[in-house]
Amino acid sequence: MTDKLLLLGDQAIALGAVHAGISGVYAYPGTPSTEITEYIQENPLARERGVRSDWCTNEKTAMEAALGMSYVGKRSLVCMKHVGMNVAADAFVNSAMTGVNGGVVVVAADDPSMHSSQNEQDSRFYGKFAFVPILEPSSQQEAYEMVRYGFELSENIGLPVLMRITTRMAHSRAVVTVTDPSDVNPVSFPKETSNWILLPVNARRRYKEVLAAQQKLEELSETTKYNSYKKSGKKGVIACGIGYNYVMENISSSDERTVLKISQYPLPVGIVRDMFDHCDEILVVEDGQPFVEDQLRGILDCTGKIKGRLSGDLPRVGELTPDNVGAALGTENGMRYDTCCTVVPRPPALCQGCGHRDVYEVLNLVLREYPDHKVFSDIGCYTLGALPPFRSIHTCVDMGASITMAKGAADGGLFPSVAVIGDSTFTHSGMTGLLDAVNSGANVTIIISDNLTTAMTGGQDSAGTGRIEAICLGVGVDPAHVRTVVPLPKNMEQIQQVIKEEIEYKGVSVIVPRRECIQTLKRKAKKQ
Amino acid sequence: MKKDIILAGVGGQGILSIAAIIGQAALNQNLHIKQAEVHGMSQRGGDVQSNLRICSEPIHSDLISLGRADAIISLEPMEALRYIPYLSPEGWIVVNSVPYINIPNYPEIERLDAEFAKMPHVISFDVDAIAREHGGVRTVNMVLLGAASLILDIEDTKLEEAIGDIFGRKGDKVVEMNVNAFRAGREAGKKQMKG
Repeated sequence: MTDKLLLLGDQAIALGAVHAGISGVYAYPGTPSTEITEYIQENPLARERGVRSDWCTNEKTAMEAALGMSYVGKRSLVCMKHVGMNVAADAFVNSAMTGVNGGVVVVAADDPSMHSSQNEQDSRFYGKFAFVPILEPSSQQEAYEMVRYGFELSENIGLPVLMRITTRMAHSRAVVTVTDPSDVNPVSFPKETSNWILLPVNARRRYKEVLAAQQKLEELSETTKYNSYKKSGKKGVIACGIGYNYVMENISSSDERTVLKISQYPLPVGIVRDMFDHCDEILVVEDGQPFVEDQLRGILDCTGKIKGRLSGDLPRVGELTPDNVGAALGTENGMRYDTCCTVVPRPPALCQGCGHRDVYEVLNLVLREYPDHKVFSDIGCYTLGALPPFRSIHTCVDMGASITMAKGAADGGLFPSVAVIGDSTFTHSGMTGLLDAVNSGANVTIIISDNLTTAMTGGQDSAGTGRIEAICLGVGVDPAHVRTVVPLPKNMEQIQQVIKEEIEYKGVSVIVPRRECIQTLKRKAKKQ
Repeated sequence: MKKDIILAGVGGQGILSIAAIIGQAALNQNLHIKQAEVHGMSQRGGDVQSNLRICSEPIHSDLISLGRADAIISLEPMEALRYIPYLSPEGWIVVNSVPYINIPNYPEIERLDAEFAKMPHVISFDVDAIAREHGGVRTVNMVLLGAASLILDIEDTKLEEAIGDIFGRKGDKVVEMNVNAFRAGREAGKKQMKG
């Protein structure tokens, strides 16, 4: 079977995984990774095979479930955005320590330029940190093929494999030629399973094995077809992942430069050394942080031969573009129009009719009477409450941080200390913080603005739907101070009263304004 | 054959359905395609754009270089002007003249018109009005695509075929409505072509 399909990079990865015979995909939604899991959820072959594809509570639970599936010999895919790697890190790093049985491919979707994220962290550092191979496809076709290759590699070397992509790979479509699907692995257990018990006695042995495997991984990077070395002139370019496309966009096929394309790490050390000896200068073109450039320069290379983001030849921050790569390569730019000064920014905003709007409106009304208040918020649509006309919130740091930061600030003497968090973020990482607050009797008012979905990423299932109050009660919040309201303009007076009462209560109180996301509501209406 | 197109609009207007149809038409003709989109936070009423590249040769970059776009197709006038630095000096702007005002400091329409007057190749008209005559606001994208078909170097029959491919599963009536909107857009565009 060969078939040509127009696929997003995310969808190419998804189909690659289904065709590689996965038995499960474990993920928490996060831009730009969400469409991988969504595609698998809708894929007919995945459905027929019963591939598990329910959304997980967070990235850590996803990584652990995948490792469990690997333990019984099956292939599993894990997907997340880059900051999700921070949440999954404990499980991810230690999955290299245990090793895998069935193949595990972890896809981390980085977001340089922060289109929809709070930082530009580069997941390749996690791969190096955990001593696992990293794959970085340069095209949608390569992404499709490299997923299957990644599962084979994972099983051959007994380690999880990290696939790192960036926004422009995740959210760009191209024609992909697909091939026949592989069968699903049968259940099988490894003969020796002591690796899976990371007691110090096993972990010490296992760490030596992981380190010893690094030589083999470097050799694989030298021979893989996904890394290519075209030795030619004295000017050199190392192009990583989609950085390769921007280089090729700017140079002609008769160009004399020596080009090393990298789509698999650890770096192919022998080739890199050969290139360094051969070339007078090397430009490193990599999306995200200067991961490769820094390894090549270190702090001792004073030759000035290595150029890239650290040398200033490419911008230190923001994603690569054909223009900034062209400038670094010395390509002449033709005539063009200047920026039009009539155009003004159009920032994103909460949808008209969104329940979060009503929550912020009434919260602002109540908090006007408390000039010393601070509102700790979280990651989701409601973060837009920071912008006009609301300007309601004072923090947004990481998933779940609202509740714990409000607790810490209350401990430090703040009153009123208010947290605003969404339902999906609450179950992702807010529940544990709520237990901290209950245990110490913190004087905080927590608003769980429940729209019954994971809205910002496009309306995926939310893990705690229908059980938010039960979770709060289970954690130990006083039932008299778990209050549910409906955020509609007609209920403003009542909600105002509830918020005021709970701020005045000296202890943990939870208010749950609940109204379905207007976007998911519209989609449902359309379907009917 | 090479066409680099920037599609622009406001989150929620649905520029991606235009991209899907041009992409499908290109796929049917075995052309190479790359189309970068924006998802996530900016979709909430902010400015959105998509880079669509079609070529008979393989395409490397997912993004269009400054000054190289052959066309800007925009559902909103100010959003068309946002991407002017990407437009080739010989490129076309195909734009809905109806502003989408969801910010307090939206510029005066006269100032936008003055900017378009400076550009050599523009097709600008009230796309909403034509759409209302052919199925309502849902067909705004198809009316605009119809106008854009005048400058895309893809036969209009191929685009109509792609409309059939994309909307086919919604039934013949939906296909017919969208094809009619497309044709009406093409006719309206012909009258407004400047350059």
